[in-house]
Amino acid sequence: MAAMLSETAPVAPAAGAGAHPVRGRRRTAWRAAGFVVPVWVYILCFYVYPLVSNVRMGFQDYTVSSFYTGSAPYIGFANYLAVWRDPQFARIVVNTVLFTAGSLVFQFGIGLALAVFFRRAFPLNGVLRSLLLVPWLLPLVVSGTVWRWMLYYDSGVINQTLLHLHLISQPIPWLVSTKLALVAVTLVNIWVGIPFNMVILYGGLQALPQQVYEAAAIDGAGAWQRFTKITLPLLRPVTLVVLTLGLIYTVKVFDVIMLVTQGGPANSSQTLTTYAYDLSFQQLSFGQGAAVGNLLILVAIVFAGIYLRAVRDQEGPNR
Amino acid sequence: MSTVIRSAAPGRHRARLSKRARATLGTGVGLVIVAVMLFPLYWMLDASLLRPQDLVSRTPIWFPLHGTVAGYRNVLSSQGGHLLVSLVVSLGTMAVTLLVAGPAAYGMAKLRVPGRRPLQFALLVAQMIPGIVMANSLYVIANRLGLINSPLALILADSTLCVPFATLILHSFLRGVPDELSEAAAIDGASRLRTYLSVILPVARNGVITAALFSFLFAWADFLFAVTLTTQDNRAPVTVGIYRFIGANLTDWNSVMATGVIASIPAAVLLVVAQRYVAAGIGSAAVKD
Repeated sequence: MAAMLSETAPVAPAAGAGAHPVRGRRRTAWRAAGFVVPVWVYILCFYVYPLVSNVRMGFQDYTVSSFYTGSAPYIGFANYLAVWRDPQFARIVVNTVLFTAGSLVFQFGIGLALAVFFRRAFPLNGVLRSLLLVPWLLPLVVSGTVWRWMLYYDSGVINQTLLHLHLISQPIPWLVSTKLALVAVTLVNIWVGIPFNMVILYGGLQALPQQVYEAAAIDGAGAWQRFTKITLPLLRPVTLVVLTLGLIYTVKVFDVIMLVTQGGPANSSQTLTTYAYDLSFQQLSFGQGAAVGNLLILVAIVFAGIYLRAVRDQEGPNR
Repeated sequence: MSTVIRSAAPGRHRARLSKRARATLGTGVGLVIVAVMLFPLYWMLDASLLRPQDLVSRTPIWFPLHGTVAGYRNVLSSQGGHLLVSLVVSLGTMAVTLLVAGPAAYGMAKLRVPGRRPLQFALLVAQMIPGIVMANSLYVIANRLGLINSPLALILADSTLCVPFATLILHSFLRGVPDELSEAAAIDGASRLRTYLSVILPVARNGVITAALFSFLFAWADFLFAVTLTTQDNRAPVTVGIYRFIGANLTDWNSVMATGVIASIPAAVLLVVAQRYVAAGIGSAAVKD
């Protein structure tokens, strides 16, 4: 409402002063467009052009020699076929799904628990809440390095502590076992994502109408009942936003995996993103890397659609 | 009457006590949560100060009692160049981002330019393009232009991480600036550019600072563009420095951790300087338009 008022306010004097109010207003609007020309040019050069060239590269035999000769022949779907026939490909897709699903479930669950907890009033609440943002702000390279150090087989603090508490009798080979490397990178990624989930869910909780809770308390609803019957349903739009956005971010996670396991051992923690990097920048087969990148674009498009719808639905009543 | 008061009094007393107890309990639990979540940071700080023989110890050394700053001395000699590259690239990214995002946000929030909706939409979608796709194409483009290992290429690539976020943040800040200000400036005969530079930007400086700090931080933390667009070691930012450090010498962990501590300083500064806006920043770029 306030935004609408301020948007209509400056129009009034202009309409009174000019002989051709409508044309005058339109002309100033177009002159003002000078302010957004740079960003449109930027979008064309730095998002649209790379995107289009990546899609095109997916259909080209683009290798190191293309840099020297300047030509890359079109080869149809050969890059996609080569990726499809890679014996590792199925494993990598499964890894990507497990990594993403595992990260989302726990990031969201723990983030929601923390958001509900921080709704209580207690001293230092604000300070503690902002301290929890640190994992989100830290360069991922730094977090990844520390976690790798903590997950080491015999000098890592996690194994040492678990042994000390007699929870395990043998150190866990987090980073060197082909069965556990994916668990290890998922664990680290959960830690990274908790603050983001907490902040957005906390914001969502703050916006819920308080009267509903008061009414439910009068009707004798318990805390758990209030949570499952009121909080979760009312939080659904925010939940959808957090999960779709989380999915888009998780599928493109690169730093954490590269720093903790580098996709190894034997591709056991490789996801589509690190696989695309490997194809392009290690095997120097840019066409195949671009093809995998294009698969990631498809995933992003599907979930971006869901996300944008969720945002629109959420904003609907506020406007 | 008196019996009612007498019987109510202890109850009220107990309620207040338990309220205080619950608050204390809340703070206690909160402290434990923060301690667990931030333990990796403490562990980095601890390891950065340990002597090499303590780093491979079979039992955890919880406090660096026999600490050494040798790790930090190593950082300055081996990572100093990388830190300098990171600083240059981050400042450059900040400048490019503000130059593009500031006017765009002003145009969208205050000048009601045509095509505001499509622009917002484009910026939201741009944030979702997978980084590896960008890296793949930008590498090919930079290679064609002979910009591999150039800080300029890194600045431009890193700015793609910041421009949408900064525009959306500034947009929400500028919407809060009263229109009377720019009207008054217009009556005084100020051009739009002049109004933007000397009226709007100073008023919205909190938003500008937030956008600038986030841009700096995103560029500082970037690893994907850094590792793909630099092939020479002396042109690589600190994130790549750490990555290669780990690969090269697996024993020198206190230097690695010291580098990590130093590389975390910008994040700490951001949290202290702009604490209020950090949460707002995460929220506004994610949920709000």
